[in-house]
Amino acid sequence: MDAQTLTYIFVAFTFSVYIGIAIWSRAGSTNDFYVAGGGVHPVLNGMATAADWMSAASFISMAGIIAFLGYDGSVYLMGWTGGYVILAMLLAPYLRKFGQFTVPDFIGTRYYSSTARVVAVVCLILISFTYVAGQMRGVGIVFSQFLNIPIFWGVIVGMAIVFIYAVLGGMKGITYTQVAQFCVLMFAYLVPAIFISMLVTGIPIPQIGLGAEVIDGSGLSVLEKLDRTLIDLGFGPYTEGSKSTIDVFAITMALMIGTAGLPHVIVRFFTVPKVSDARKSAGYALLFIALIYTTAPAVGAFARINFVDTVHNAQYSQIPAWFKSWEDIGLIGWQDKNGDGKIQYAPGAPFQGKPTFSDERRTDGSREVTNTTTTNTNEVYVDRDIMVLANPEIAALPAWVIALVAAGGLAAALSTAAGLLLVISTAISHDLLKKTFAKGINDKQELFYARVAAATAIGIAGYLGIDPPGFVAQVVAFAFGLAAASLFPAILLGIFDRRMNKEGAITGMLAGLVFSLSYIAFFKFVAPEMNTADHWWFGISPEGIGTVGALLNFGLAFVVSRLTPDVPKEVVAMVNNIRIPKGVNKPSTH
Amino acid sequence: MNDANNDAYWKANIKLMLILLSIWFLVSFVFGILLVDTLNQIQFFGFKLGFWWAQQGAIYVFIILIFTYTIMMQRIDRRYGVSDDDTEAETAQKEQEEEVL
Repeated sequence: MDAQTLTYIFVAFTFSVYIGIAIWSRAGSTNDFYVAGGGVHPVLNGMATAADWMSAASFISMAGIIAFLGYDGSVYLMGWTGGYVILAMLLAPYLRKFGQFTVPDFIGTRYYSSTARVVAVVCLILISFTYVAGQMRGVGIVFSQFLNIPIFWGVIVGMAIVFIYAVLGGMKGITYTQVAQFCVLMFAYLVPAIFISMLVTGIPIPQIGLGAEVIDGSGLSVLEKLDRTLIDLGFGPYTEGSKSTIDVFAITMALMIGTAGLPHVIVRFFTVPKVSDARKSAGYALLFIALIYTTAPAVGAFARINFVDTVHNAQYSQIPAWFKSWEDIGLIGWQDKNGDGKIQYAPGAPFQGKPTFSDERRTDGSREVTNTTTTNTNEVYVDRDIMVLANPEIAALPAWVIALVAAGGLAAALSTAAGLLLVISTAISHDLLKKTFAKGINDKQELFYARVAAATAIGIAGYLGIDPPGFVAQVVAFAFGLAAASLFPAILLGIFDRRMNKEGAITGMLAGLVFSLSYIAFFKFVAPEMNTADHWWFGISPEGIGTVGALLNFGLAFVVSRLTPDVPKEVVAMVNNIRIPKGVNKPSTH
Repeated sequence: MNDANNDAYWKANIKLMLILLSIWFLVSFVFGILLVDTLNQIQFFGFKLGFWWAQQGAIYVFIILIFTYTIMMQRIDRRYGVSDDDTEAETAQKEQEEEVL
């Protein structure tokens, strides 16, 4: 069977499993819908959190980004794992003890203020929507590359699946589907990685293979070979970075505390039975995430070696089929600058912007690129997102591995999309309606509105995925900075600073959000030509500015809270109560 | 439950947390970022040591830190009598369930 038929079979099979689980675990109450009844086993919750967390970006893009950034890619590896340490020690257990449904719930109750609640809802929706649009796009790309379905229909199918299990099952359906999706995506990530590690180094464990000798007789280790090859081609060495230390520091910190402040991650810890389970569950989640995150740098390094070996100085007419198929959908572009019919790979962009093609083909079958060429010797444009998806083909692995990777990419994108859509719908039905603007509604009505909100959110997310306004892809990475600068400090202070009052928290959240948003908007949209280290404040890029936003949030919140009225007694009692595990209840329905 | 006991519990929690968070900071920000060039002079099985901390080592330590915190906290919870797995909590939980049903 060819790869495409196998892909259809794998995808159809996994999708029917997801739907089966959704029907089996329908939600009967808001308690089920919001927090899966509060009875999820910590190991299962760890898997669900891992699937929720690992998005299309982790699965599809991360190893590719690392392959091209080398050491600088470490910011994602440390940033997207270190956040769980903060989550386990500083947030998850206390929020579980608090025992309500949502993040704005905590902020609204702790800061005894509907304004604080609404500000939190605004932060949450802003963060989650930018994130979810990227997931739907990921679904579209996988469908179009592997199943030859136009992106539009790919996104529609994805929306339909998420609709079925998120709207029917709520958190309960999502949790158990995510457990299944975790298994699919982990298998799909590790199998090709093991194969490739075997091919390059002869060692089946990629984490060890990354430090092993390459089996080409050169006696060099993977990283030495990579360093030398890249230096020969004029790049900087793979194992050394080009970003400034302060920027690497700021980006890593922003990603870590941003992770801890992401509402769809936090809410997963509301679903376990006890406070101690919330701690345990964060540990399991990180263990499962680390399986993939420690493999990714190996995949990235192997991919870069294979890419250079296959492409550099290769005659186009003899190039493997994967190069041509990605060229066909425009994610690879080749401009034969010196007219020798061979592909030369070197630093710098081969031409300005993403490739645009004329309808003509050159005589060797390659696509004519119409962009203005640059003066360097690099002739090939390659989209970083394709490395993981193309890896099995580059390494000439069997067709079933390729099909598996497609199913894994879909699992990663769908599980994250579902988690995000759930927190959006909950914030609307629970925090905006039930707790703020429509206080009289009963449990049934609230559940109905939650489903309506979920369905609407899926529609909007799908629209953004099919027709992404230019900014969506860029903004996804900034969701972390926004979470770091707005929600994280407010939650942390709510637990650890008994004297933090509503005035301080609201000022802090708004200042952090507005500051980071303006900084990002300025460098990305208003004056993109100024987006260089010379113009950044303290040399910190827009990706890392969330760290400064968080500091601003903490500082302002502290000063304002000490100058304004004290926290009411009952709130102090509540803070004292969430600090001790004893007496934890299931999240109550109310 | 009394306030003095709870305060002592909280102090023990904060102390443990600060120790573990210092290690968290050390392996990622210090080894992986601030001292990376210095550590890269040292070879560690086929890796430059600083690079290994940044792309592998820090993550392994993170996992150990969370499980250490989980286990140590369970002990501290019991020592101060605030653990969540005593029978009292379970009874309360059952009552809650019955109310919901």
